[in-house]
Amino acid sequence: MRIEEHPILGKPEERKVISFIYDGTPLSGYEGEPIAMALEAAGIMIHRYTRKYHKPRGVFCAIGRCTDCVMVVDGIPNVRTCITPLKEGMVVQTQYGVSAQEEST
Amino acid sequence: MNRFDLIIIGAGPAGLSAAISAAKNGLSVIVFDENSKPGGQLFKQIHKFFGSKEHKAKIRGFRIGEELLKEAEDLKVTVVLNAIVTGLYQDKEITVKIGEEICHYKGDAVIVATGATENMVPFEGWTLPGVIGAGASQTMMNLHHIKPGNRVLMLGTGNVGLVVSFQLLQAGCQVAALVDAAPKIGGYGVHAAKVARCGVPFYLSHTILKAEGEDRVRGVVIGEVDSSFQLIPGTEKHFSVDTICLAVGLSPMSQLLHMAGCKMQDTPLGYVPVIDENGETSIPGIYAAGDVSGIEEASSAMIEGRIAGTKAAQYLGFLTEERAKETTAELELALDRLRKGMFAPENRGKKIALTDEGIPVSESLLTNGYLDETDLDRFPGIAKGKGIHPVMECTQNIPCNPCQEACPRKCIKIGDTITSLPVIDKENICSGCGMCVASCSGQAIFLLNEDYEPGYASVTLPYEFLPIPLKGDTGSALDRSGKEVCQAEIIEVKTLKAFDHTTLLTMKIPLDMAMKARFYKSRGDSHE
Repeated sequence: MRIEEHPILGKPEERKVISFIYDGTPLSGYEGEPIAMALEAAGIMIHRYTRKYHKPRGVFCAIGRCTDCVMVVDGIPNVRTCITPLKEGMVVQTQYGVSAQEEST
Repeated sequence: MNRFDLIIIGAGPAGLSAAISAAKNGLSVIVFDENSKPGGQLFKQIHKFFGSKEHKAKIRGFRIGEELLKEAEDLKVTVVLNAIVTGLYQDKEITVKIGEEICHYKGDAVIVATGATENMVPFEGWTLPGVIGAGASQTMMNLHHIKPGNRVLMLGTGNVGLVVSFQLLQAGCQVAALVDAAPKIGGYGVHAAKVARCGVPFYLSHTILKAEGEDRVRGVVIGEVDSSFQLIPGTEKHFSVDTICLAVGLSPMSQLLHMAGCKMQDTPLGYVPVIDENGETSIPGIYAAGDVSGIEEASSAMIEGRIAGTKAAQYLGFLTEERAKETTAELELALDRLRKGMFAPENRGKKIALTDEGIPVSESLLTNGYLDETDLDRFPGIAKGKGIHPVMECTQNIPCNPCQEACPRKCIKIGDTITSLPVIDKENICSGCGMCVASCSGQAIFLLNEDYEPGYASVTLPYEFLPIPLKGDTGSALDRSGKEVCQAEIIEVKTLKAFDHTTLLTMKIPLDMAMKARFYKSRGDSHE
């Protein structure tokens, strides 16, 4: 959820709203904000599933260190969504293991 | 290969301060940082800093960050962002990954100011989405204007856990509880008190047993632990939360120093390089400054950076030994003043029973997060008086003195030792201006007037939440534990530029509540 107004920081500065695709669904976010923040604002918390046990993972450190939030972005896997700026038309996909395809078990 | 007099790794408070000092002395400086923005963690710090004027006390962290950046820019310091230093080799050569390229730089001196990384603690369900670092929640709220969750449980009561809990409340989140396996609150009592008076309960000697949920955090179970940190059966407690924040300490990111062959040591402040008082490692010309040389805080990191920058200038012949000494001697004194008091590095892990003044500390503050009423009489800042007067619920020796400077009537005395408890000088009469209330980084000063009206007192308190109540509003007065104790009417709302976003609310309450009521809750507000 977005903070509309903050007692210390005031209102966020005006930012350009852009659209991107998340697992086939069009969503909107602010240009340049980390992909993970646009997803968080849309209520999406699962970024990937682990390969071996199929466990969900999401944002953990939010500064690009832990790599828990990686997803497939524009076809490239293992993109750290917490530090990668959102761009118009980006295609963001949940990552399964290291691919965008859910492996059949 | 590109050559510079000085290479600095990390553009946080220590690295930028080092760059400023070195550039002022004429060195060619390049700073690398792996992030897309400089400033390190300073821009997430929205609270007012402690210390004294020389430590930029009562200025909010992000403003200090803006000042540092401007200064570095004015001195034309080159800061290369999105640049990951992957190696620090012999003869001060480094490799940097910039984009998809590995670049090669050589400096005649190197300052490593890489900071620290958050620790984590595993428990059942700790990998679920919704379990995040406390720093992550700061990044979300204070940089990106995103609420990390609606209802949060915080693990860890060090200053990070306490400060971030308050920031979560400011962002409009509920904080269900603060939990710590230690039997005592680790951070400043004043930070705990401002969270406690919002109604957030503390669970000391408790730990997280499991995070519940299949796809994301839906709840959490905590339990009490004995003195050897083993669960006491039957003490389990459940909270419905969607977020669990971990604030369980930081570890220095000292890998580059280790790799360079600097002598390292394991200390209570982390795995750090062995350094002298100027930050120089066992390899001449390689320095460490800030959290990478031992976990402290931004205020000391900035001074350490300035010392290292000055010493690097001397090492390379840009400064004479005498000139360098003049500068560093002053900085070392400033650093020393910050490292005094109950929370000084040398006191880490020690049980302190008495203040420097010989006053027994408040056990309630250490376990509940707030002063018990029976504690109040023995502290010099909490005195009764005629008419309006400050009540300073400042009971631990922490390095901080803005209140002393803020009072235009000189009612408040701390003295030269900035860790001393504030004392009221009764010779001087309080004007009720409120500057002390707004200047207190711990939000521990209140103005009291027991003679407001027959049978009624007024209490002025610092308020940093939205919406700001209006004059004439009625709501509840809360005590130090966040419990509603009586009705309160807002009789004055003061917002001044000098208060820097701290609003002063004055509420009218029954006289017998004057020493109890310390917070205001509008009708319909709920923080916990």
